[in-house]
Amino acid sequence: MDLTFSPSESAFRDELRDWLASNSPGDEPHGDEDAHYAYRRDWQRRLADGGWAGVHWPVEYGGRGATLTESAIFFEELGRSGAPLPANVLGLLLAGPTIMFWGTDEQKERYLHPILTAEEIWCQGFSEPEAGSDLAALKTRAVRDGDDWLVTGQKVWTSGAQYSKWCMLVARTDQDAPKHKGLSYFLMDMEQDAVEVLPLTQITGEAEFNELFLQDARIPHENLLGGEGNGWKVALTTLMNERSGLGFFLQIRLRQLLDKLIDEAAARDLLSDSAVADRIGDLHVKTEVLRLNGYRGLTAIEKYGQPGPEGSLSKLMWSQTNQELVQLAVDIVGPEALTAGTPWAYELLRARGNSIEGGTTEILQNIIAERVLGLPKNR
Amino acid sequence: MNFDFDDDQREIKRTAHDLLASRSSWERVREAAASGSYDAALWTELSELGWPGIAVAHEHGGQGLGLVELCVLLEETGYAGAATPLLSTALAAVAIQEAGSPEQQAQWLPRLASGEIIGALGTAVDGVGELVADGGDAAVIVLVEDGAARLLTPQDAEIEPVAAIDATRRFARVSAQGGEPLPGDVDAALDKAAVAVSAELVGICQRALDMSVAYAKDRKQFDTPIGAFQAVAHKCAQMLKQTEGARAATYHGAWAADASPELLAEAASIAKAAASEAGREVTSSAIQVHGGIGFTWEADVHWLFKRAQIDAAFLGGAGTHRRRLAALLAGRAVASRS
Repeated sequence: MDLTFSPSESAFRDELRDWLASNSPGDEPHGDEDAHYAYRRDWQRRLADGGWAGVHWPVEYGGRGATLTESAIFFEELGRSGAPLPANVLGLLLAGPTIMFWGTDEQKERYLHPILTAEEIWCQGFSEPEAGSDLAALKTRAVRDGDDWLVTGQKVWTSGAQYSKWCMLVARTDQDAPKHKGLSYFLMDMEQDAVEVLPLTQITGEAEFNELFLQDARIPHENLLGGEGNGWKVALTTLMNERSGLGFFLQIRLRQLLDKLIDEAAARDLLSDSAVADRIGDLHVKTEVLRLNGYRGLTAIEKYGQPGPEGSLSKLMWSQTNQELVQLAVDIVGPEALTAGTPWAYELLRARGNSIEGGTTEILQNIIAERVLGLPKNR
Repeated sequence: MNFDFDDDQREIKRTAHDLLASRSSWERVREAAASGSYDAALWTELSELGWPGIAVAHEHGGQGLGLVELCVLLEETGYAGAATPLLSTALAAVAIQEAGSPEQQAQWLPRLASGEIIGALGTAVDGVGELVADGGDAAVIVLVEDGAARLLTPQDAEIEPVAAIDATRRFARVSAQGGEPLPGDVDAALDKAAVAVSAELVGICQRALDMSVAYAKDRKQFDTPIGAFQAVAHKCAQMLKQTEGARAATYHGAWAADASPELLAEAASIAKAAASEAGREVTSSAIQVHGGIGFTWEADVHWLFKRAQIDAAFLGGAGTHRRRLAALLAGRAVASRS
């Protein structure tokens, strides 16, 4: 057991810190979503120029071939520096690794490089109004038309769709097959009239997400990924990637938000109040446990080639802790945290999504119960 | 970064697990609880294996290993619910090794390490330690009050047995004014002890979880294993979350004690806060998952609940350690502003 970074991990971290120190993303624009997106896109170009865009990607695809621990360090340091996530985060974390695993040589050649440079942004067309947690129930259908497929249906929660060139789209290609078997995974060009993007205003008042309306959207057959009827398996590759990597960025952001709350409490002389101290101490414990559990999960994968139970628990720990944190902030900060447009009010509202996005708490608990604990399938 | 045990530590864990599975069944634990005495043969065997002295230096007759190895053993005794004075004796040795004078170390450590004598560690208010585990059997008691520790022999103290809710251990009320002070770093000694108790709590949680999962797979209602109902399955998932969280924090605390002492105070409070809360909640959930059977004496989950309650309160409960952490963070907030 050695809970310090190895010399090579420390060297990786120091090199990254030096780079981040001399390559600030600049002032973050507020209030204008397009400007904010452009800022994140510029930031990714800077990362790509410096060789930091796809640290966990293999060297042959333009990445750094970083180990899991180094990748975790990357996201921790990125979060620590206050820098935003790169614009094409879904391309880097989801589309890229999925294409690397399932794609043909031509597909890898065509799609991977523009993901790294943020030249082509990706979005994820999985969820539908009637297929959320039960993803395999999705209804969007693709019908063969000569060398193409014509896709009709509706997708929802597609973040960044308005900026995207490509969409990871799962659609039903066989109406008669059992629900998990009739799906296929497409790489869909968003730049066509048959794809309509409508912003979806969320409880914070902003629109991080969109609805996607597809009416005979055209996809060439060669843009099928992983073969016809294999969509569920390919989608699982994407979903497994969704729950890794990013966790360390979220973890360090949680740490920063807690430090900010501690400053707020200290400024009001509330840290000596035993009720406040108890809750701050509790959040500190939970935040540290999240960090330690995350690193322990990496050891399990690096040493034994497969994740232990830790990985599936991190999302649960994070969402619960962040939601408790913002609620305590309301108690400490007072009316300002309930005033529209203030940072704490934003955090309070945004946190409600934490236990829904990327797998609801309920679905994650089902997965843990069945796959980690071996309990019978839920009813 | 490597969060895993090394080969030797894994071997210690496996050996301890197997040994206790064969020597300390629930039947044996129940017998010990009913008779109010320990399983003497088991204690002799553990002593011959060097368990009480695993973290005691070679020069004092121990095995010269660290807190990580002691935690590995205590996790397994917690898992088994074993009725032995191992925890008390090992904690007394940890305290004397950490904070004792060379004379105190030479006087007590070899006999504690060999299991020849039993030791105890307790906390006192106004000179009285309530619920001191093995206080009545100990040849040496470390009694802590307000950050100071005293060494007591039975002659120095008034000792009366007390029946605690955990009948698998023997408790006593220890009152004393005298004794010899431990001159060293008492805080560090208590932090190490808190991590060790956390390790026992982690083992207790793991056993409570394993028993609950096995029961939820087996027990049928409405023609369905109850583990297929989300209300039960999700409770088990939460039990796993708390157990693994407490485990990560405890291993970190043990590692800090051995390899990075400047982190020990904070790491120990994180471990004890996480493990105390997990111990209470996971064992409570275990009773709930077992339903009516879980409320009976024969179901055995109550041994885990009872030991978890006492361990959770011992050396500061979750609240005490959270407030200690908050004070530490407040100090940092002030330091960063000035």
